[in-house]
Amino acid sequence: MATVQKKQKTPLIHIVKRPQVAWYHSIIVRAVAIVAALAFSGIVITLLIGENPLEVYSSIFDGAFGTSRRIWNLLQSMAMLLCISLAVTPAFKMRFWNIGAEGQVLIGGLATVIVMMFLGDKLPLPLLFLVMTAASILAGIVWAFIPAFFKAMWNTNETLFTLMMNYVAIQLVAYFLKVFVKDGSGALRPMSEYGFPAIGDNQFILNIIIVAALTIAVYIYLKFSKQGYEISVVGESENTAKYIGINVKKVIIRTLIISGALCGIAGLLLVGGTNHTINVETAGGRGFTAIMVSWLAKFNPLYMVLTTFLIVFLEKGASQVSTDFRVPEDISNIITGIILLFIIGCEFFLQYKVVFRKTRKEND
Amino acid sequence: MLAFLVSAIRLGMTFLLGSTGETIAEKSGHLNLGIPGVMCVGASCGCFAEYLYFSAVKTNIVPVLAVIIPIVAAFIGAAFMGLMFSFLTVTLRANQNVTGLAITTLGVGISNYMIDETSTIFTKGSKYFTASLPFADDLGWFGELFLSYGIFVYLAIAIALTTSFVLSKTKVGLHLRSVGENPATADAAGINVSRYRYVATCIGCGVAGLGGLSFIMDYLNGNWEYCIDAIGWLAIALVIFTVWKPNLAIIGSIIFGALYIASTYITGFGFAEKELFKMLPYIVTIIVLVFTSIRNKKDSQPPAALGLNYFREER
Repeated sequence: MATVQKKQKTPLIHIVKRPQVAWYHSIIVRAVAIVAALAFSGIVITLLIGENPLEVYSSIFDGAFGTSRRIWNLLQSMAMLLCISLAVTPAFKMRFWNIGAEGQVLIGGLATVIVMMFLGDKLPLPLLFLVMTAASILAGIVWAFIPAFFKAMWNTNETLFTLMMNYVAIQLVAYFLKVFVKDGSGALRPMSEYGFPAIGDNQFILNIIIVAALTIAVYIYLKFSKQGYEISVVGESENTAKYIGINVKKVIIRTLIISGALCGIAGLLLVGGTNHTINVETAGGRGFTAIMVSWLAKFNPLYMVLTTFLIVFLEKGASQVSTDFRVPEDISNIITGIILLFIIGCEFFLQYKVVFRKTRKEND
Repeated sequence: MLAFLVSAIRLGMTFLLGSTGETIAEKSGHLNLGIPGVMCVGASCGCFAEYLYFSAVKTNIVPVLAVIIPIVAAFIGAAFMGLMFSFLTVTLRANQNVTGLAITTLGVGISNYMIDETSTIFTKGSKYFTASLPFADDLGWFGELFLSYGIFVYLAIAIALTTSFVLSKTKVGLHLRSVGENPATADAAGINVSRYRYVATCIGCGVAGLGGLSFIMDYLNGNWEYCIDAIGWLAIALVIFTVWKPNLAIIGSIIFGALYIASTYITGFGFAEKELFKMLPYIVTIIVLVFTSIRNKKDSQPPAALGLNYFREER
């Protein structure tokens, strides 16, 4: 019997992992993704509201940079988002999915408000600020420590635990608002007299400076300290970490304490440095956006400045679009969502490469 | 008391549909944090379709169509979001948590935009969804407790039971679970991991989308409210609460529904304490989560490959 040549079936395309990516390559891919996303969301906007996309883009720019007040608002929003992104980063680097930043920020803010209410008229201002800071940091730490403890001891799923903690924090804030605000309006009067001082004329400068300092501190901590190294080892492989003698439980709890403390600071800045009051929307979904910011920047605090800029720029721009063209505010969520999905998708082209089936000649 | 139970069951069905959808996806190894957004999209697509249908036919409305059109639209709209999620996570191997959160952002945006542009009141359409069996009123408390509901309650329970059956008793279910537990082994056994994940996620999202629609059309009697995403997070919590078992979720969802509305039915508490009451579903979930992880029982664990993408060449 003649041997039957078995036909080998090769798929048309197959995917291989890239060994390493040159820096210019990664910049090009991301730039293409952002441009593609902008073009695509331009099409979507045009379809939705039937306006000239170029006018829409100019409206976006106007919303972000139109006046000096808008630029300051942009910077302030960036600082807040960046601060929370910095907070979640050490945990993510360790592959601890802390999606409870929202709650940790709120509880930090709540602690600040409580200190302002009850100690505001009893302490001199500098001492008050100190107590506010300590209280907010402590509150943030407690909120992050609880899930971290259970994760370290019994490997409790942290994603869902931290998520639930968000709502506990939201309800606590709602409870205290009902207790504090007797007139039933549910809105707490801003206590501007106890807020952080303005530098020059501008109330936001102090926030921005604090966050800038934190950015550098977190960058150094993650990149050059021994603890930062331990975090990345635990993130890469828990078994390796155990093997080389790292106490994984300790690292998890310590890292989450740092994460929670930074979230507490974000709450402090939002309440003490910005709003001087609190409501359940004070964190405003930033806890979730921060996760994407941090991940898109590959956990590098310096890149995070760029990713926060991109997201805040779009937010501000889109809300301008919604007033200019009288469309619902939610267009900003749509645009942000589209851009995020494009950038998330483009990571594929940095990590993998698509190989087409070679011609048959080579095989024969 | 009866009114409380009936109300808890009606709200519970939203949780049930959402969590059944999430369970299907999680069994395939997809931790889909986009469910809140997906439920919003399902709700708005359904309502939008109803709006289009009513404005197209004006007066001669066929009740069956008035129910089926929104349901189909909600399912397709939500499944499309699932398709987007699976394309990013399966084909492009993006991180599931991040993709899910982005899907939620997008979904909330899309749905609120759609609803802002049309109307926020769908009471006319809601009547067809809440229409109960004609003889339910004649049967006293029995009729009210078991038969007084609109189509969604029965649909949700049927879907949950079917899902439970398919997952535990059929070959497809076995394959799906193996994909979620150990995709490499499943792949070696000749199971198409990508296809299972795509299909499971899309169907799961479609089911969750129905949950969003049931919240508006059944529980709220057609009045739009911008809080479906909060409900969606609870639906994800319910998956853990019921340890990945849709048949248990039928009871669990009613408990969640009861906890969620308890504060409005319990008298003798001030407004402030009621806010504390609303914490209950979340705290109960945390306790269950901690409890199951400490007990570490084999059949109440999440799928082993939950949240991990599968790449054949990476072993």
